[in-house]
Amino acid sequence: MKNVIEQYIRKEMFPHIWCPGCGNGIVLGALIRAIHSLGWEKDEIAMVSGIGCSSRITGYVDFNTMNTTHGRALPFATGIKMSNPNLKVIAVMGDGDCAAIGGNHFIHAARRNIDITAIIINNMIYGMTGGQYSPMTPTGKFGSTAPYGNIDQNFDISALAASAGASYVARSSIYNVNQGIRFIKKALNKKGFSVVEILSDCPISYGRMNKLRTPVKMMEWIKSISVPKKTWEKLSVEEKKDKIPMGEFLDICIPEYTEKYKEICAIAQQGGENE
Amino acid sequence: MMSDEKQIVKILQGNEACVEGALLAGIRFFAGYPITPASEIAEGMARRLPKIDGKFMQMEDEIASMAAVIGASLAGLKAMTASSGPGICLKQENIGFAAIGEIPCVIVNAQRGGPSTGLPTKPSQGDVMQARWGTHGDHPMIALAPSDVNEILQITVKAVNFSEKYRTPVMLLLDEVIAHMREKVNIPSREQLEIIDRKRTNVKKEEFLPFKADEDMVPPMADFGSGYRYHVTGLVHNEKGYPTSDAEEIDKFLRRLSNKVELNKKDIVIKEEYSLDDAKIAIVAYGSVARAAQRTVKLAREKGIKVGLLKLITLWPFDDDLINQLANQVDLIVVPEMNLGQMFREVQRAAQGKSRIISYSRIDGDLINPIEILEKIEEEMSQ
Repeated sequence: MKNVIEQYIRKEMFPHIWCPGCGNGIVLGALIRAIHSLGWEKDEIAMVSGIGCSSRITGYVDFNTMNTTHGRALPFATGIKMSNPNLKVIAVMGDGDCAAIGGNHFIHAARRNIDITAIIINNMIYGMTGGQYSPMTPTGKFGSTAPYGNIDQNFDISALAASAGASYVARSSIYNVNQGIRFIKKALNKKGFSVVEILSDCPISYGRMNKLRTPVKMMEWIKSISVPKKTWEKLSVEEKKDKIPMGEFLDICIPEYTEKYKEICAIAQQGGENE
Repeated sequence: MMSDEKQIVKILQGNEACVEGALLAGIRFFAGYPITPASEIAEGMARRLPKIDGKFMQMEDEIASMAAVIGASLAGLKAMTASSGPGICLKQENIGFAAIGEIPCVIVNAQRGGPSTGLPTKPSQGDVMQARWGTHGDHPMIALAPSDVNEILQITVKAVNFSEKYRTPVMLLLDEVIAHMREKVNIPSREQLEIIDRKRTNVKKEEFLPFKADEDMVPPMADFGSGYRYHVTGLVHNEKGYPTSDAEEIDKFLRRLSNKVELNKKDIVIKEEYSLDDAKIAIVAYGSVARAAQRTVKLAREKGIKVGLLKLITLWPFDDDLINQLANQVDLIVVPEMNLGQMFREVQRAAQGKSRIISYSRIDGDLINPIEILEKIEEEMSQ
């Protein structure tokens, strides 16, 4: 399998910038394995990211890659997909990147149901800037800007994506990486906007402030809060409080944006204008 | 020679002329967001692009519009967006990305009064400095300002050409007067125009260095999906496109980025001169004000006052030498503009004290008419 990974990475960009124990590498491995299993050509893949630790992922893979501005991966990806619908477009985002500064772009990409796969690496913190709380930091947890505990409600980004109009939504974690690979593969294959949220760790920033200082402790914590969707549904409100449901939340077939745009071109070219 | 038979003549609004020019220049992707007084450009694109298999998108906001334009350009289509002051503010983040990533694109700013919501339906030239320095850091910028509806079409073509030739964002500065005014426009055929497409690389794939420039300081480009796989980043990068913290590489890259525009000024600077040969007084103007100033020249000369006009179409890069030579020739330079002297200060700087320079400003939302410029000149002469 090692050789598989090597086929897809830019070795000259290594060593990477990620800290020891960071989950980003696990997600990168999962993503590559999913792509490899589909047999996609590297030339036909465009991978776009925003800003943050997770966004450095685009520098490390040998595709058409773009490391853009904070929160904006999806509109850049949208332009690429519209410009050349033959490209397979993947956007990789962090939780702050996707749910805070990029929140508006996220719901509208889902609403359009444009054929882009969004991978959200959710480590529940702004890691690169030193551990400020993000919209995905659970209520009550600590961050460098929440020294007395986070009073914000955290987003359920998967529920948000499902209600905003996406075609496929699933959540997994770096603990259950084989499940993650399976979900990513399904998402990549989906015609429409697909989302895979991967619960990840940040021992340095999140762990340090939340008594989970080692990667192992973080991994154990992720395992302890993860509950299969079906089990979660049977839990009481009180039991649900500190748990996160894992699994597939949505898998539907609805008209895709670039396909619908082709129909608009056909109407325009037949003179079917609304004068 | 242009053959007249091929030209179609239409009465068009400035924003409509911009759409015509853009399509002729090869724009095939437009992303925008509704805003006065620029919305007619998006409306025109929404109607026209699907007819020619071009792509139109109304995005969720101005930031996304700019991002989509850059993504589309990187994937191979000539791309444009249009907005006005408040929207242009939001686009600045990604205009910087287009500059550092060297992604060709055109941003139309139909200027209205500011700051903030300001005067949405009234003209202004208040965004001249924002056009140059709106995004942070040292970066190249080309900004063009046409002065009538026919010229909007012609200069829109130039804007697209420059963005492609120099791989850089180009700002097309309209103002509310010419954006909404209707005039006779000659619509040329594509064959009658010089259309420039970006240089595309043809080296072996394994030899491709995406940010290695040719002698003209511009690196040949490759479309995403064309088989040349590479990395584009907003981080300062080396010729391979990878982030760098090497002082020498940083310096070389950032200087080339600015120099590819500054040192190609000769090609980029477009200006027109009216009655300057024997002039002792010069008006330096741009945009709709230049058109009023042209009339001022006529009125002044009828009164025996030797006034000439230097009309700037290219505002950025700024041609210091042009102003310096003019300051050598005339005793007085008047700079009328619909702002508090943004270009006046540039003229003053470039003139190096060789001539008296005065500013004539209007920021009350009214356009500047020929008579008031003449009155300003006469007032100065009587002093």
